[in-house]
Amino acid sequence: MQFSESWLRSLCNPPMSTEALCHLLTMAGLEVEEVNKPAPPFSDVIVAQVLSVEKHPDADKLKLCRVDIGQAESLQIVCGAPNVVAGMKIPCALVGAKLPGVEIKQAKVRGVDSFGMLCSARELGLNDDHAGLLKLADDAVIGTDIRNLLDLDDALITLKLTPNRADCLSLLGIAREVSALTGTPLIAPSITPIAAVHELKRAIKLEAPTACPRYCGRIVTGVNAQAPTPDWMKQRIERSGVRSISALVDITNYVMLELGQPLHAFDNAQLTGTIHVRPPRANETLVLLNGQTTVPSATTALIADDEKPLAIAGVMGGEFSGIAATTTDLFLECAFFAPEAIVGKARTLGFSTDASYRYERGVDFELQVSAIERATALILQICGGNAGPVVEAVAAEYLPKRPAVALRVARADKVLGVSLGADRIESILRGLGLAVQRNADSFLITPPSFRFDMSIEEDLIEELARIYGYENIPTSPPIARAAMMPSTENSRTAMQLRRIVAERDYHEIVTYSFVDSEWEQDFADNAASGAPITLANPIAAQMSTMRSNLIGGLIGALANNHKRQIERVRLFEIGRCFLRTSEPSAVAGFAQPQRIGLLAWGPCTDEQWGQPKRQVDFFDLKADVEAIFAQQAVRFEKSTHPALHPGRCANLIVNGKTVGIIGELHPRWVQKYELVSAPMIFEAELDPLLGKTLPAYRELSRQPAVTRDLALVVPQTQALQPLLDAMKAAAAEIVCDIYLFDLYQGKGLAAGQKSLAFRIVMQDTQRTLEDAEVEAAVANLLAIAGRDYNAILRA
Amino acid sequence: MSNQEQLATELAILVDAAIADFTAATEPAKLEDAKARYLGKDGSLTALLKGLGKLPPEERKAVGAEINRAKESIELALVTRREALRNAQLEAQLAAEALDVTLPGRGRTRGGLHPVSMSLERIEALFRSIGFAVADGPEIETDWHNFTALNTPDNHPARSMHDTFYIADADGNVQSDVLLRTHTSPVQIRSMLAHTERYKHLETMPELRILCPGRVYRVDSDATHSPMFHQAEGLWVGEHVSFADLKGVVTDFLRNFFESEDLKVRFRPSFFPFTEPSAEIDVAFMSGPLEGRWLEIAGCGMVHPNVLRCGGFDPEKYTGFAFGMGPDRLTMLRYGVNDLRLFFEGDLRFLKQFQ
Repeated sequence: MQFSESWLRSLCNPPMSTEALCHLLTMAGLEVEEVNKPAPPFSDVIVAQVLSVEKHPDADKLKLCRVDIGQAESLQIVCGAPNVVAGMKIPCALVGAKLPGVEIKQAKVRGVDSFGMLCSARELGLNDDHAGLLKLADDAVIGTDIRNLLDLDDALITLKLTPNRADCLSLLGIAREVSALTGTPLIAPSITPIAAVHELKRAIKLEAPTACPRYCGRIVTGVNAQAPTPDWMKQRIERSGVRSISALVDITNYVMLELGQPLHAFDNAQLTGTIHVRPPRANETLVLLNGQTTVPSATTALIADDEKPLAIAGVMGGEFSGIAATTTDLFLECAFFAPEAIVGKARTLGFSTDASYRYERGVDFELQVSAIERATALILQICGGNAGPVVEAVAAEYLPKRPAVALRVARADKVLGVSLGADRIESILRGLGLAVQRNADSFLITPPSFRFDMSIEEDLIEELARIYGYENIPTSPPIARAAMMPSTENSRTAMQLRRIVAERDYHEIVTYSFVDSEWEQDFADNAASGAPITLANPIAAQMSTMRSNLIGGLIGALANNHKRQIERVRLFEIGRCFLRTSEPSAVAGFAQPQRIGLLAWGPCTDEQWGQPKRQVDFFDLKADVEAIFAQQAVRFEKSTHPALHPGRCANLIVNGKTVGIIGELHPRWVQKYELVSAPMIFEAELDPLLGKTLPAYRELSRQPAVTRDLALVVPQTQALQPLLDAMKAAAAEIVCDIYLFDLYQGKGLAAGQKSLAFRIVMQDTQRTLEDAEVEAAVANLLAIAGRDYNAILRA
Repeated sequence: MSNQEQLATELAILVDAAIADFTAATEPAKLEDAKARYLGKDGSLTALLKGLGKLPPEERKAVGAEINRAKESIELALVTRREALRNAQLEAQLAAEALDVTLPGRGRTRGGLHPVSMSLERIEALFRSIGFAVADGPEIETDWHNFTALNTPDNHPARSMHDTFYIADADGNVQSDVLLRTHTSPVQIRSMLAHTERYKHLETMPELRILCPGRVYRVDSDATHSPMFHQAEGLWVGEHVSFADLKGVVTDFLRNFFESEDLKVRFRPSFFPFTEPSAEIDVAFMSGPLEGRWLEIAGCGMVHPNVLRCGGFDPEKYTGFAFGMGPDRLTMLRYGVNDLRLFFEGDLRFLKQFQ
C-alpha cells in the first residue's frame, strides 16, 4: 500500500517528522518498506507568468521572454521551449537556484542577458517530460515557491501490510491507526448524502448472498465523462501508486484509496433490467476489461443484468459494460463481497486487482452507503450530472458478525509479562475506536466492522501490546525450574557424527532433497525402494523426484567440483531420504529415514612430497567407514547394487541387519557422469551410526603374550571373512586375537592361489602358557582351515 | 745416567709418541692400529713389560711400577681419543641426518562441517544451555500438521500451489493432503502432542522446551530464495510463559550467536496465523559492513490458543511462545556469505573456508 504523506496528514496530522511517523508505523506493525520523494531537492523555483515572448535576435529556436515573478521588476529570460506563450504560468528558476545537477547563473545566451531559467518537468526532476515548459494552473499565485505549490516535500510511503490489516488499505484506515498511536484527532472526510434528483434506478437481486450480502447501486445521468481530473486528485492518486485514467475512473480509485471501498462504474446504457449478483451459468463466458476471456468457475460470483454477465464480483469488470469517453449515464456499484468468496479468484485468472486485493482481505461491510455517497459527490463536483436514489440490497444474515470479545486484565498481564493496568488498557482500546464496556477486572469489546482480526482475547491483547509498544515490554531471561536434561552415553548426535566424519577429511555438503528422476533410475535400488516419490508441482524437471538415497547428490557435487578442476574430493551428507512404505510411519505411506553418504575420489592424499601418488580405493573408504562406526561391529558382505561395480560392492551388516552399502561407482556411471575415474561410495541409514556402546573394562594380563604366525594358501577366490570367522569360532580359549597381516600372491604360489598370513595372539591372564598348548592351539586352527576351506600351510 | 733414569726417559718418549700417534689417528681403525703398536701383543710397551723378567728381582718392582704408569697414561690417552673420535663420528652422522624442517608435513588433511551445520551446532548448543531439547520431524508432512493444526485456514494464501510443494499420487496428480513442509512448525505440533500424551496423567505438565532445526521447502527460487532452505524453530510452553520471556530468550540468543553484546534487537508487530501476538525480529549490528541497518531475521509470537489446543494443551492454563529463524541467513550474516546458492552447490573451494 503506497500513499501520499500529505494526504494522510489531511486526515490526521501528528506533530512529528516523516521519519518519526515512519518509525511509528513500522513499530506498530505497519511496516514502512520504502519512502520516496516526488521530486529531488531543489531551491528558488517559483511560480512565474510569461508576459511577452519575442524572437531571439541571433537564434531561430530561442525566444526572449519577459517574466513576471511577483516583484516590481519583471525578468528577461531566454527560453528554447516550443510551448512558451504569453500569459502561461510556469516554474521559473531564479538566479542562484540549485536544480538537480545544475546551479542557475545570470548568463548571456547568444549575446542576450538571461536572468534565470523557465523549467520543464524533467529539469525539476518531476518526471521525464521535456517536450516543453511545465504548465502550471492558471490560478497559481505568482511568486509562490513551486515546492509548496506542487507539494513537493510530500513523501510517498509504501507499507508492507500483513494480511490481517486490511483495514489499513486506505488513507482513512492508516489515519485511524496514527490517531490511535499518537492521540492526534482523526479528521474523517465529511460525507453527506446526495439527494436524488430523479427516480431512475435498477432493482438489485442478491442471488449469491454468501458471496455478496450487501450491494448498493445508483444511477447518475448526464455526466461529462471527458471532464479533466482536478490536479489535487490526480496528484493524490498518482502519489498513491494509481495511474490517472479519466475523471470517472480516477474518482472511484480515489474513494477506494481514501475509504478502502472498491467501486465500479458501469455504462448504464449497456445494462438491461435488474442487476443480479449470482453464480455463473453453465458455459457462460465473460470478456474482462483487460481483454481476457474467462469461463468463471462455479464458485465465482458474477454481476449480471437480465441478459448477460457484466463483471466478476470483486475482481474485475467486463469489457463491454465499462464506461467510455462517450458515456453519459452511469450505474455505480458499491458492494461488500465476502473474503471467502473472493480469495484466490484473481490469482486463478493470473492477475490481481486493487479491488480483489482488498475484498480478499476484508472490506468494511458497513461502508458501502457512505462510499457511494462520497463517490457521487465527487462525480457531481467534477463531471456534473444528476444523481438518482441509492438502491441498497442487504442479506443481513450473511453479513460478517462481530460478537463481543471479553478481555481480562489479568490474562493480558500473563500473556504479555507486563502489567498495563485497567485504565491504560481502556484508553488504548478506546483510542482504537472500539466499543468498550468496562467491568470490574475485565472488558467487553465489540470489534468494529472494519477489523477482521479481532475475534478472540489474544487478538485484543496483541492490540494492547502494539499500541503500548513492543519496545516497552520488558526483555528479560525467563525464570524456570532448573531440571537437568537427560544425557545418554549409548548414542551420539548427528552433529557429533558430522564432526567425526569431518575429522577424517570429508567436507559436508547440503544438496536438494528433490532430484533429477534420472538419478533415482541410475543410483537407487528400485527393487528395494519402490516407485519414486514425485512432486506434483516441481520447480523444474530436474528437481521433480524425492531422493531415496544420497548417492545422486554426492555424484552431482563431485561432477561440479571436477568441472572446476578440483582433483581430490571427499564429501559427505547427512539428510532425509524418502521411500514408499506400508509400515506404520509419521506420515502414512512414506518412510523418511535420515541417511549418511560418503564419497571419496581422486588421490589417496593431497599430492605431497615423499609419498607416492595413489588413487583412493575400496579399502581406504572401508577404513574410514569402520572408523566412524565407533565400537559397533560392522560386517561387510559381498553384494551388488545398481549404482556400484558388481565385483566391488558390499553390504554393511550391523546386528545382522543390512544398513548400507559400500563400493566403487559402476563404470557405466563413471562414463555417463564424466568423472574420469571411479569414486568410492558409502551410503547407509544414519541411526546405526548414532549407536554407541558404553565402555566396559576387561582385566589386563600380567603374563607375556605369545604370538605365532600362520600363512595359509587358499584359492584366489576364497574370501577372508568366512575363513577368519571359522578360525575364531574354533579357537582355543587362550587365543585372544587372530588377524590378517599379509596377503601374498604371485611367485612361489600356483596360479589361482593366494597366501593369507595370520598372526595369532595367545595369552592367559593368570599363568604363563606352555609350549605344548600353544602349538596345539595353532595346529587346531590349521586343521580347521584345512578341513573347511582346503587351506594348506604355506611351505 | 742410571738404568732407571734411562728407562724413565725412554718411557716418557714412548708415552709422548703414543699420544702423538693417537692424536694423528682420525679414524677408529687407525687409532686401533696405533694402539697395537704400543699396547698390542708386539707393542713396544708390551715388549718392555716382557723384559721385566730379565731384570734382577730387586729392580723388577720399581721398573714394573714405572712401566705400568706409562701404560696407564697411554691407555687414558687411548680412551680419550676413542671418545673424541666417537663424538666426532656422531656429530658427522647427525649433521648428515639433518632435515629441512620447513618441508610440509605429510599425511591427510581434515574436512569440515557445512557452514549452516556450524550455525545449527551453535544454535543447538545455545538453546541446550537453557534446557531446550532438539526435536526432529518428517519433511513430507500432512496438510493437517503443516497448516490446519497451525491455525492456517483453508483459504490462506500460504496453502496455495503457489508456495507449497505437493506430492503427486501414482498418476502424477496433486495429492493435496501430503506436502513438503513449508516450515519446521509441524514439529512443534508433533512434539506438543507427544508431550501432552506422555504427561496427561499429571495435574500440571512439565514445561516443554524444544528446538526444531531442519530443512523446509517453498516454491521459490532466485538469488535470495532457494526452494529448499533451513529453519530452526523454538517452542516453550508452560504455565507462566510470557511475551517478555520471548523477548528475553530471543535477544539473549541473538547476542550470543553473533557474540555481540551491543547488537540491537527490536520486535515489531507482525502477523502469523499460528501466533498471537506476533512479532517480526530485526537486528542491527553496531559495526561491520551492515552497521546500523535493520535486518529482518526471525518471526515469533505467543502460540495461538488454537495451536495449543491442537497440541493437547489447555490454553487457559498454559501459554507458550514460538520463534522461527533462518539458519541460512544467520550463517550468511555471521560469515559474510553474500549468495545463498553457494550453500547448496557443494563447491569445495567454498566449503574449505569453513574447516
